[in-house]
Order: sequence, then C-alpha cells, then structure tokens
Amino acid sequence: MLAAALRAAAFVCGAFVVLMVLFVLRESWPALREIGLSRFFADASWHPQGGAAAGTFGLVPMITASLALSAGAMALAAPLGLLCALFCTDYAPPGLAAAFRRLMEVLAGIPSVVYGFWGLVVLVPLINRWQPPGASLLAGILVLALMILPTMALLAQTAIATVPADYRRGAAALGLTRMGTLWGVVLPAARSGLYTAALLAVGRAIGETMAVLMVCGNVVRSPSSLFAPVRALTANIALEMAYALDDHRSALFVSGLMLAAVIVVLVLAAERLNRRVVHD
Amino acid sequence: MKRILIVAALAVPAVVGFFGFPSWADTSEKLVVTGSSTIAPLIAEIAKRFEQRNPDVRVDVQTGGSSRGISDARNGLADIGMVSRALKPEETDLSSHTLARDGITLIVHASNPVTALTGEQVVGIYTGRIQSWEAAGGADAPITVVNKAEGRSTLELFLGYFQLKADEVKPSVVIGDNEQGVKIVAGNPDAIGYVSVGSAGYSATHGVPIKLLPLDGVAASAETVADGSFPLARPLVLVTKPRPANPLVRPFLDLALSGEVDDLILALSFVPLR
Repeated sequence: MLAAALRAAAFVCGAFVVLMVLFVLRESWPALREIGLSRFFADASWHPQGGAAAGTFGLVPMITASLALSAGAMALAAPLGLLCALFCTDYAPPGLAAAFRRLMEVLAGIPSVVYGFWGLVVLVPLINRWQPPGASLLAGILVLALMILPTMALLAQTAIATVPADYRRGAAALGLTRMGTLWGVVLPAARSGLYTAALLAVGRAIGETMAVLMVCGNVVRSPSSLFAPVRALTANIALEMAYALDDHRSALFVSGLMLAAVIVVLVLAAERLNRRVVHD
Repeated sequence: MKRILIVAALAVPAVVGFFGFPSWADTSEKLVVTGSSTIAPLIAEIAKRFEQRNPDVRVDVQTGGSSRGISDARNGLADIGMVSRALKPEETDLSSHTLARDGITLIVHASNPVTALTGEQVVGIYTGRIQSWEAAGGADAPITVVNKAEGRSTLELFLGYFQLKADEVKPSVVIGDNEQGVKIVAGNPDAIGYVSVGSAGYSATHGVPIKLLPLDGVAASAETVADGSFPLARPLVLVTKPRPANPLVRPFLDLALSGEVDDLILALSFVPLR
C-alpha cells in the first residue's frame, strides 16, 4: 500500500515535468515549423511583430545576456557565500553563527520583486550618475548576486557541516593550521555538496524574472560592457507574453524552450564536472 | 495495479493541461473585458460603478494590449474588447463605440531645460543620431532613450507618427506599461520617454518630477486632445460582436458611453467626447 502511494507520488511529479515540456513544445511548434529553429540563432535582431515573414527572431543576444547575468552574479556570490559559510562553521562563536544563519534565511525568503524594486529606485539611479543609463548588466548582476548569496551560503554551510569530524581531528593531529585544514581537507571533502550549492544558485539566477526585468533595461543587444542594458530570456517572456499573438506568442514559447535547454546543458555540465572531481 | 497508476498519473494532468481546467458552474453573472492596458484602469473604475448598481454582476477586466482586445472580442473570449487606437479597415466586422480620447506625449525629467523638440530632433534622438542633450538645446549629458516593448499600441502609434521603423529605434531602456515609463523618467534627469497624455498629466499634477513636451508647437493637455489640435492623439474604443451574446453588454455600454462617467474619464486625465 505504502509502496503504491510512493510510486504514485513519484509518477505524478515525473508526469508534470514531462507534460510541462510537452506543453511548451506544443505551443512553440508553430514558430519552429514556420520560422525554423535556425532563424532563432541566425537573425540579427528581435522584432517579432512582423510575423514569420517580415519579423526577426534572434535569441542569441538574450541567451548571452542570461548567461552573462548568471556568470557575473556567481562570480560575486560564490566566493562570498563560501567565505560566509566558513565563517559560520569554523570562526564565529555559536551564538553569532546561529544569528547569521537566521539572517541568511530571511534574506533567502525576501520575494524577488522586493529586490527588483530596491534595485530600480536605489541601484539604477546610482549607476546612472556614474555611467548612464543605469539600467544595465551590472545592476542585474548586483541584484542577482544579492539574491543567490543566501542560497550559496546556506547550502555551502550544510555541505561543510557533513564533513566527518574525524577528518578535522586527523588534520589537527598532523599539526595543520586552521587555514590548512580548511583549504587542504574540509573544502575538498565537501566538494560534491559545494557543486550542488553552486548549481542551485545558478538555477535561481538564470530563472529569475521580476528583478531582472526591473533593473536591466530590457534592450535586446549582446552585452558590450557592464554598463550596457540587456534583456534576459526570462524578462523577454514576461515583458511581451501578455501582448503577443500568433507567431510572436509562439516565438516567446521558443524563448522558454531555449531557457530550459540552457539549464539542461548547465546541469549536464555540472554533473560531468562533479563526477570527474569527486572520483579523481 | 501498477499499470493503471501509471496511466492515471499521466492521463489526468494531460487532460487538464491540454484542455484547460473545466469551468465549474459559476452562478453569478459575469462580464469579461480585455485589451489595452491604457484603457483598463478607466474600465475598472466604470466597472466598480456598474457593480454597485448591479450587485449580482462581476466585471472581470484583464489587460493584454489592443490586439488582444480585438481578437478576444472576435472569438468570444471576452464580451467587450478595449482598443486604444482607431480600428483598422479589416477590423470593422466588430461594432465599435468610442469611449474617450487620449494623446501620446513625450516626457522628460522636470529639471531638464529643454522645453520643446522638433520632429526631426525626436527622430534623431530615437534613432541614435543625437546622443547628447546638448544637440537638442540642453545640457551636455547623454540621453537615456526609453522605448516601449513590442506589441504595445503606444509604440505602433509613436512609430507611425514619426515614420520610424521598429528596428531603427536605438533605445537605452525598454519598458512595459505607462507607469514604468513615468517611474524611469522621474528617476533619471537625462531620460526621455513617451506615454499616454492621461498617465503623464496625472503624474505631473501629483508631484512626480516629469515634464510634458509640446508636439509641433501644440501643448500636451486634455484641452488640445479634446479639440483635436494635438497631433498625436487616438480614440479609446470599446469593441463587441455586432450581436453580443451576453445580455450585460448593452447596459454596461449604456453606462460607459453616457455622460455619467465623465468624472471618471477626467479623473484619469483622459478626454471625454462631450
């Protein structure tokens, strides 16, 4: 009986993922058939209003923008999150560590639209004074970094906490310094968990919509500098879906498909990396 | 047993996913209005008044742009469609009712010394030929060009008036609705954008630091839009099927097109027809 219930639960979850992909495929099918997949990569710009014949459907600038946003956010949040985690597990007194952890949990729970609004009224005008127009790749990276920092810090902390205490005792017996123990023993032993943390953080960054929509400027152009406005794949869908009809609508579902493809590629890459590193 | 479970697990969400949730019986009477995001706030206010007078009725107002208003009214997804432009010749299969008028105005930050732009300057700014306010009579500062996202009727009208093509515009920021445009220009002293005269006038008179620029020497205001002298103006239109199936459509239109809602039209700084 229990086995049947568990099996059913697993099947429902699996079925929803499959159906979601099928649905997105079905909705993007008219665009894929009439416009063709190659034009989504070959077209130089994104002006879908003209329909299959007169419009242009280049998604490459948006794919680049999504990747640049996530990469930039990770470059900031991953080291910072890791250091925060080490601070909690090895340096801070227990009371402070618990309080810090609580703070990170609150940060993780703040809705993304709040981050976006803060970015729009504080960060964007600030950057504008320095390098107009303000709404830019940089603003997106900073807001995203702030958003994924708690994910990274909390998960890294959990990964580090699972390293067996024996390893630390062994390191202490060998006379390693605290620094040496962390870099030489604890972090390598926690690698697999740290990769998972990074993967989840990237997933959150690349899928984020609202905050990115509010601070990035949404101009479809491959990012030429940190101060250039960009449009992420997610923002493209959110910005135009309510107003899109026919081929335009279908092309937006292709954006969604592309986003899913980017994430699948990232997961597979992370898996490979993980396996190689852990089993070396 | 196992096979049945698999089939059920796949089939139930499949049916729901592909055909939408079945609409369970809804006892209260309902009127669905969809379309232009410019008209939606006004219709929402009129709907409140309509619901007060007819307590059993629910009016559902959804935005999605003028094109959606047309297509929803045509295929029956909505009882009434909202369209913020004159109907195209191929759209005259629907019966139309002009509700009010509105104009599209260029806005800049209140601190910007520029008081007027020629059509040529506007084209220059939006195509990227003019990069600094200095060339348009302002300070030496780079211009932040705010444009609308694809699919908005405001974009179509703006491009049509200045005879621009969508791919010629070199924007610095792309926005969705009027509100976002007003916020961005209010927060950036070097920005220029275009929004409906209604939204811009309302914000400007409520302390938001933006300035409405005149067009071809005509000031952007309710008066100039109403008397037809403001060149970049449009009708706000409600469309229905020639014979609407929902009996609530007639009384709703009667209210919306009567002078009784002129106060609401004025409150949102649109321009009544009378």
